[in-house]
Amino acid sequence: MSQTAPHLTPEQLDAFGRELDAIRERVLDDLGDRDAAYIRRVIKAQRGLEVAGRGLLFFSLLPPAWAAGTAALALSKILDNMEIGHNVMHGQYDWMNDPAVNGQSFEWDSACPSEQWRHSHNYMHHTHTNIVGKDRDIGYGVLRMSEDQRWHPYYLGNPLYALVLASFFQWGVAFHDLEMDRVAAGKGSLKDKAGMVRDIWRKGRRQALKDYLLFPLLAGPGAPATLAANLTANYARNMWAFMIIFCGHFPDGVEEFTLEETEGESRGAWYRRQLLGSANLTGGPLFHIMSGNLSHQIEHHLFPDLPGHRYAELAVEVREICERYGLPYNSGPLHKQFGSVVRKIVRLALPDGDADGSGAAVDAGGRRVEVAREPGVGVGAADERSAARPARPARVAAGGAA
Amino acid sequence: MFTESTTEPRPARLGRRLLGSSLARALATPHGVDRYVELVKPTFSLRDVRAEVVSVQRRTPTSATVTLRPNDNWRGFRAGQHVLLSTEIGGVRRTRPYSPANSEHDGGLVELTVHARPGGAVSPHLRTRLLAGDVVGLSQAQGDFALPRRRPRELLLISGGSGITPLMAMLRTLCDEGHDGPIAFLHYARAERHIAYAEALARLAARHPNVRLLRSLTRVGGLGGGELDGHFSADHVELAGIDPEEAEAFVCGPAALVDAVHGQWARTGLEQRLHVERFAPPPLAPLPADADAASGALRFARSGVEAANRGGTLLDQAEAAGLRPQSGCRMGICHTCSCRKLAGAVRDVRSGEISTAPDEQIQICVSVPLGDVTLDI
Repeated sequence: MSQTAPHLTPEQLDAFGRELDAIRERVLDDLGDRDAAYIRRVIKAQRGLEVAGRGLLFFSLLPPAWAAGTAALALSKILDNMEIGHNVMHGQYDWMNDPAVNGQSFEWDSACPSEQWRHSHNYMHHTHTNIVGKDRDIGYGVLRMSEDQRWHPYYLGNPLYALVLASFFQWGVAFHDLEMDRVAAGKGSLKDKAGMVRDIWRKGRRQALKDYLLFPLLAGPGAPATLAANLTANYARNMWAFMIIFCGHFPDGVEEFTLEETEGESRGAWYRRQLLGSANLTGGPLFHIMSGNLSHQIEHHLFPDLPGHRYAELAVEVREICERYGLPYNSGPLHKQFGSVVRKIVRLALPDGDADGSGAAVDAGGRRVEVAREPGVGVGAADERSAARPARPARVAAGGAA
Repeated sequence: MFTESTTEPRPARLGRRLLGSSLARALATPHGVDRYVELVKPTFSLRDVRAEVVSVQRRTPTSATVTLRPNDNWRGFRAGQHVLLSTEIGGVRRTRPYSPANSEHDGGLVELTVHARPGGAVSPHLRTRLLAGDVVGLSQAQGDFALPRRRPRELLLISGGSGITPLMAMLRTLCDEGHDGPIAFLHYARAERHIAYAEALARLAARHPNVRLLRSLTRVGGLGGGELDGHFSADHVELAGIDPEEAEAFVCGPAALVDAVHGQWARTGLEQRLHVERFAPPPLAPLPADADAASGALRFARSGVEAANRGGTLLDQAEAAGLRPQSGCRMGICHTCSCRKLAGAVRDVRSGEISTAPDEQIQICVSVPLGDVTLDI
């Protein structure tokens, strides 16, 4: 359930925005050898783990080689997708002018074509963070992750869908930008998506070919064991990525927004929304690297194109600024944050708020709002639903006027 | 006798054939074979030209002569052409054009002479920091300013300052080929100690009776400063003993020299016999006095569209010109609109920072052009 953070006057919002802008400018001016050396070191570690993992899995019939190879491959895929792929594709290292780490040309070890990821993630999600009906990362078009998505019996399967999505997360991400839920709801045709489907097929086929055919075959008699190892590594990466990503925006205390209240928002209001719509994970340096520094989700959403390895330093300043403006800073250990995400997935499987299951929603002020049910509409498609919800007056004033 | 002026690519070695096989590519997807092999052998690439620095000599107070051994992808050069050299400085990959100064027949090596410009972003670094064993990026050789494949009999080579390098390549190539027609080499420099190739030129002139070397050392004021006096003039051509109506002339150097030579050839109606390379370093910061007064032209290289700069962001202007570049947030967050700026200066509307270097990645939704800009769109 969303909570309402203190509102700032337009002047306060501007000052808040200026402080964050100043941090951004300072880091941009300081980018250099240190950042280049960092990302190269991570890439070297990832490629080393990958080669070691693949090498060990030629001997997958030996249990220690299987275990070590699988672990190395899983770590390599996690590093590749998170600390390297996700961050590089944000353009965090574009300033290096090096084609190897260029956000526009980088491809990651995932079934999702990076081109489509850049659209669904960098643009749709980062620009429209936590705006219900706009930010398609809310439930990935499959899950009910917000009270503002109207309940429907389909959502009784919420926990099951979540488990399936987590297990096949790379494919979930791959199909994400297709917006199949919208196609199912009769908004847009599959024909328009032919090009995207072709790209997913091409990329997914290449990924499946190497992981599930070529490398197993090269292991000779160990083919089944290597296949199992590769499946395990991909599964581990999928689960890990799902956990980290769902902890970014769905733990308790994270706010959602409506389209109306974010229209014409100022830079400061945009920063405020990014802050209130994100949650951090606490942990050690290795944990941060393995999460692609998405454990610093707040800093990532404030500064999506600053190198992720800087977020830990910036978090100290951001926290201090938030305290001064009286804004909440959502942070907790993985077990606590993920626990609250799981509880939310289960809770939202059922109709909202009360025992009678009338389908009534509760708005941010705690008032019950009757929302008409619309049977027959399948997955997600929250666009007009947010419009059906009454706006929260106070927040519209703060966000809209700023 | 040399008849082929570019080196043939070497037959691919077994290891390279294996790494280039479709199996290797399928196994290395999506990153590609290069991204793995380069971690142990930095010069390796299946496609890109990369080169190892063999030696660095600092022959003058302001220059460094760098010898490079390119990898197997290098297709050689024609004397007079240039290459784009890329190197990383402060984490940023920077690219600059340099003309090889060695002979085409030099066993696949490339010799570049870098003149350090005070305040330059790249040349001072190359002069002082580059070491044997370093690896740099190269482009294939490019440019039409080159020795014709059918060698002219009579040649007039005119250079000024650091513009000496492509003409040096021509002279050395011709000498290697045993060329026996008359060649005159006119070089304009501030003082002899600034001529990186002073010794090499003198040696070639001494060894080849058909080569005539004439120098003008403009800072010395003509007092024993070389065979010629002052800046280029028509009588320098006469002194060279070359018939401009018969010879092919090549000029490379600062704009003033190139303009003077070009004017002379145009006046005598011999323009077709003159080959010109302007050797102007990129301006350090071409800041128009009034940044708001939009001027210049926008060129969208890939689509072949041109438009006058009307002010406003490059994204808005590209769209106004009928193009549909990728874009997203239009506020500099999502990097969907990032593209390569091939030439020109732009200002970031958020920070006011100005980017002048060629071949840089910019976000066009938050960049306004300052004068002429060429984008890879």
